[in-house]
Amino acid sequence: MSAIEVPSVPQGPEPASEPVLVIRAEGRAASRWYRQPALMAGIVILAVVVGLALAAPLITSYDPIAQNLNETLLGPSAHHLLGTDQLGRDTFTRLLYGLRLDLRIGFIAVLLPFVLGTVLGSLAGYFGGGVDTTIMRLVDIVVAFPFYVLIIALVFVLGPGERSIYLAITVVGWVAYARIIRGEILVAKRQDYVTAARSGGLSNVRIMRRHLLPNVISQAYIYGMSDIVQVILAIVTLGFFGLGIPPPTADLGSMINDGQNFLSTHWQLATIPGLVVVLVGLGLSLVGDGLADLLRPGQ
Amino acid sequence: MSAETILEVRDLNVRIAGRRGVVRAVDGVSFDVPRGGALGLVGESGSGKSMTLRAILGVLPAEAQVTSGQVLLDGVDLVQLRGSDLNRLRGPKMAMIFQEPMSALNPVMRVGWQIAEGPQVHLGLSRARAAERALELMRRVGIPDPERRFRAYPHEFSGGMRQRVMIAIALSCDPEIILCDEPTTALDVTIQDQILRLLTRLCRESGVSLVFVTHDLPVVAQVCRDVAVMYGGQLVERGEVRAVLLDPRHPYTLGLVRSAPDFEYVRESLVPIPGSPPSLVSPPSGCRFHPRCAFAEDDCRTSETPLRPLPGGRSTACLHYERVLEAVEADRARP
Repeated sequence: MSAIEVPSVPQGPEPASEPVLVIRAEGRAASRWYRQPALMAGIVILAVVVGLALAAPLITSYDPIAQNLNETLLGPSAHHLLGTDQLGRDTFTRLLYGLRLDLRIGFIAVLLPFVLGTVLGSLAGYFGGGVDTTIMRLVDIVVAFPFYVLIIALVFVLGPGERSIYLAITVVGWVAYARIIRGEILVAKRQDYVTAARSGGLSNVRIMRRHLLPNVISQAYIYGMSDIVQVILAIVTLGFFGLGIPPPTADLGSMINDGQNFLSTHWQLATIPGLVVVLVGLGLSLVGDGLADLLRPGQ
Repeated sequence: MSAETILEVRDLNVRIAGRRGVVRAVDGVSFDVPRGGALGLVGESGSGKSMTLRAILGVLPAEAQVTSGQVLLDGVDLVQLRGSDLNRLRGPKMAMIFQEPMSALNPVMRVGWQIAEGPQVHLGLSRARAAERALELMRRVGIPDPERRFRAYPHEFSGGMRQRVMIAIALSCDPEIILCDEPTTALDVTIQDQILRLLTRLCRESGVSLVFVTHDLPVVAQVCRDVAVMYGGQLVERGEVRAVLLDPRHPYTLGLVRSAPDFEYVRESLVPIPGSPPSLVSPPSGCRFHPRCAFAEDDCRTSETPLRPLPGGRSTACLHYERVLEAVEADRARP
């Protein structure tokens, strides 16, 4: 038999190593983002809207809640760009401050469910078993209710105000993030790099935080981009139903509701805030879709 | 166990709950690895080599579990350890190198920090000290320009460089034993040779023991002093690597050797082993190799075949190894 040749154990240093292949992928996403017209349009819209909201005190000298009963329901003029409402408050000023408030609440209210859902989804996906069952049954309970019905019911019980809005949106919104992250973790935790991390003696918390989450979180970002539109619409809706921020604070939802009564005579009172909501939603959607395309793996 | 033994596996059994029944992936495997020694574990796909390694480290997939047996690392039974106690040993005492360096590295973490992570966690080094250690390790495993490559991601490395990173990670906490799961199978032959030389040199320098799983016989011969041959979840032959490969005492080993290509002497033809590996849900009775064995007799179908010691510090599970011996001699007599 010509058995296989047994080479002697090699001596001395190993020969020069192979040329190092480097594929630079950095900057690929960066060089592409401005070529997406939809994303650019969204960024411009958002920049204008957020800029106006932030600069509100510089743009207008009126107080958004100061009433002037001598100047109620005025039409647009040089003094009052969009006229005044039934209590003589400057509509343009209220629009800017309302936008400012709703955007702030929107951005905070999208973060809380994002964090809660990501944490609970990771735990469910990573540990499985009883932890998974418990968390996913909670998800089922929340999902069983229609989105708006549950939010409105919760805010109704908790009473109007900023805190109730955060609480209600968190309770309702975390489930989507939990489902997404759980599914991603279920796949990712079977990857070799997780086994490698385990065989390196790393703790479960460290594996989840340093190895799993960075690999799956982009899916939650992508959802968050579209979720923020829904959250801002929910805030405006709550304001419209009088469940949002209590009067006299300016809020787009309550402005639309107040203006409704004067729709036939002073259409701008309800219509302009409504169009602004549409504009914000459009801007966020365009940016969200555009960024999602860039973040989506394998692109 | 003697002080010269670093790892001792005793009657290890791993079962996997599968759809068609319980798979007896590892069935009564026993071996030991001397301190500073290198043991090769060879066998075809599905013979239980990788499962044995994963059972030792306690990183079996969720469906699999160790049902009985002991894994003694320096006298401590790893099978009995749980959670954080086991984590204290994984890294500083033992480490693993995987087959696919691309998938075994975290794709979104900078390579340097992946090497530095073990020292941070296990040796209590600060971020800066751990990074220094990572740079030193990168130099030791021959990664050029480590300062620049520290901040690179795995996809920016070539296959051989990735495997060097894996070796650096395995060495990062000064383990006493490294378990290798086919570390060169995914590499082309020239790179494979470099990696093997690097691995054996580093292990010899720092007295690290190796368990080396592969299906590649020349690789075993290059790296290991001892070899254990696995078939159908059991060990069928074990001994010094030259003796086993040149002069097998089990028909399965003989089949493996005959089916391996050989460039030194151009053989007339490769001889495949007839049949296919046994189902581990309902393995054949007696010797698991008997349905494929040219030398099988009646008692092979009925008798259990544990490893039995032979002269020369080797052992075989074959009841009729004398007939294998005759076949080897007949092969040699042929021109």
